[in-house]
Amino acid sequence: MANDLTIQERLAIGRVHMPELAPEIRSRNFEEVNRGLGREEAVREARRCIQCKHRPCVDGCPVGVSIPEFLDALAAENLPEAARILQGDNALPAVCGRVCPQESQCEAKCVRGVKGEPVAIGYLERFVADWAMGNAAELPKSALPPASGKRVAVVGCGPAGLTAAGELARQGHAVTIFEALHDTGGVLRYGIPEFRLPKEIIDVEVARLLDVGVTIECNVIVGKTMTIHQLRDQFDALFIANGAGLPTMLNIPGENLKGVYSANEFLTRVNLMEAGRNPDSATPIIQGRQVAVIGGGNTAMDCVRTARRLGAERALIVYRRSEAEMPARVEEIKHTKEEGVEFAMLTAPLEIVGDWEGWVTALRCQKMELGPPDESGRRKPIAVAGSEYDIPVGVVVNAVGTRANPLLTATAPDLELNQWGNIAVDAGGATSIAGAFAGGDIVRGGATVILAMGDGKRAAAAINGYLGGEA
Amino acid sequence: MFEVLSNEILAPNLHRMVVMAPRIASARKPGQFVIVRADRGEERIPLTIGDADQAAGTVSLFIQAIGASTQRIVSTPAGGHLRDVAGPLGMPTHIGQWGRVACLGGGVGTAVLYPLARALAEAGNRVTTIIGGRSDRYIILADELAAFSERLLVTTEDGSLGRQGFVTLELAKLIADPEHRPSAVFAIGPVPMMKAVAELTRPHGIETVVSLNPIMIDGTGMCGGCRVVIGGEAKFACVDGPEFDGHQVDFDSLKDRLTMYQGHEERARHAATDCRLKEVANG
Repeated sequence: MANDLTIQERLAIGRVHMPELAPEIRSRNFEEVNRGLGREEAVREARRCIQCKHRPCVDGCPVGVSIPEFLDALAAENLPEAARILQGDNALPAVCGRVCPQESQCEAKCVRGVKGEPVAIGYLERFVADWAMGNAAELPKSALPPASGKRVAVVGCGPAGLTAAGELARQGHAVTIFEALHDTGGVLRYGIPEFRLPKEIIDVEVARLLDVGVTIECNVIVGKTMTIHQLRDQFDALFIANGAGLPTMLNIPGENLKGVYSANEFLTRVNLMEAGRNPDSATPIIQGRQVAVIGGGNTAMDCVRTARRLGAERALIVYRRSEAEMPARVEEIKHTKEEGVEFAMLTAPLEIVGDWEGWVTALRCQKMELGPPDESGRRKPIAVAGSEYDIPVGVVVNAVGTRANPLLTATAPDLELNQWGNIAVDAGGATSIAGAFAGGDIVRGGATVILAMGDGKRAAAAINGYLGGEA
Repeated sequence: MFEVLSNEILAPNLHRMVVMAPRIASARKPGQFVIVRADRGEERIPLTIGDADQAAGTVSLFIQAIGASTQRIVSTPAGGHLRDVAGPLGMPTHIGQWGRVACLGGGVGTAVLYPLARALAEAGNRVTTIIGGRSDRYIILADELAAFSERLLVTTEDGSLGRQGFVTLELAKLIADPEHRPSAVFAIGPVPMMKAVAELTRPHGIETVVSLNPIMIDGTGMCGGCRVVIGGEAKFACVDGPEFDGHQVDFDSLKDRLTMYQGHEERARHAATDCRLKEVANG
């Protein structure tokens, strides 16, 4: 069997490279940058896994995917089996294979990374998930358990809600997802750009949920259209995963000038409403020739790369710390740089300057230097006196972060919150309202897709226990 | 999908549509709005809920067709469907007991004013309603408002109906008359009108509520596009509003932000006209 390689043979294989669209081409369109591995490359990469006994990669995965097992099946070219294992553990593998920060999770723990490069687990997850999408007929159909007779409402159709819904449906519960926007996916659709996560991937993952009997109702804003208590009365249990969604303002002069966007608005216009990327979209967007994006996270990278694709000749990241402190994924930073984006590091915005008609003309900045570590453990930026200068720009995007949205929580005074307005939960996601669980960004503040999914998975288990099934 | 039960023209470019939306009909309170998208590819448009019939499960919406996406909404006939109707959004109007109140509506703002004025009257306030428009063709809902208003005053810019001039003319007279002086003023209409009302009431210390309609996308506080400056602080009209203390609103910055996509709208209109011209030429 091809998989009977010795450790030495496995160690001799070098890490695969992800084929990418050339930067000069991709920075002018919205096509997916990473093209995905071919079958041969994927199988060879899977054979790099030495199948070590203590499986540290699984501990590094917030949803606990059986990584060595699916890699082993892939190495043996048993793709239906690899897909079965992966899909059993992860409700959205084609999403995670694209947007997870593997370098700080599974791949960070891979023993092959101690001396050399870790197995490209993320690329392989994507390969198997994409294969499963294209070959659904070859997958064994897992029979659903008999209906439990219990109804569960899920608030929010983002990664946490989708994951919980899938898990609960597979336990036989009748699940309805309520989504505030007009389309599914939450941040996967409005936040993450097409060039990182094609919308058709979300459509297929959502269709898989519909297949197992999940109902999705869009245009229902829980807290407005229906209250938490109305839902609590109509369902046996609730999972609240409505996201963070309230942009943090910069609180600097000029924030209301025309051409200033929050990251959420900028990305929603382009991703959800298709402004600037679909000629049939009625939603407008200001396509700046020079664009500054403030922030250093994945969202900032998404915004600045989107700005390039909308036609910006000059696009910059403005970040008040240094590149080492940036929270963005390594791959996003690499891709962003390749696409001709300038990085203005140790630079803090002071003011947005406008013309007499109220349009943005410049971002006034100040240079910073790193001092001793602050409470976050990162070195604190300190302003350099007299270092103010203007960057001429027509569009400024604020990507410094989001806060908890009080829209839902304000209508349930008995729902306990923490000091930042996030919902307080126990380890299983239970809130102060019996039968109501919560997870994702409404609990964590701004976190990642995979952490939200982990919450969804844990909460689904707790809800199942609450409903009298096995926890 | 949300069925359209009726669609009537009230004034040039102004439609009243009754739409089947049972959940919204039972949750909505005066002052709240919905976000409507006629079909895929269209913009999300915030629209005030004029009225609701809980038993029938319907809401009535007032739509001024000024851009491509609002045109698309009003072109949906009775029996047709709107793809998305989401709400009710925003904070409901605070309906207090002021005694005498003046309710001012300008143009399509009169439609937004209507549910609010009625709620004020039902709560026992003595309502004087002043509505204005460019000409008699733009005066809407006069009979409906007269039904519960103690007095209904009309102004038109060309004098074709009521007194010639702006609504502020009649409001100034009310304020000057101790018999009719209102304790609170509600003003809904174009930004310059609301600003003029706020400036008129400010020296008299009369509480003044205005309803703002900035550019908006999600309507749930997620995007921050609808931010307005209230008392020097950024507020989101969709979740903190749409009604605010008129004496605290920075009307100039609101007016300015409303022009952000004017160029785009003009291009869209030209494109539409251009297509029609081509159709005619090729026809």
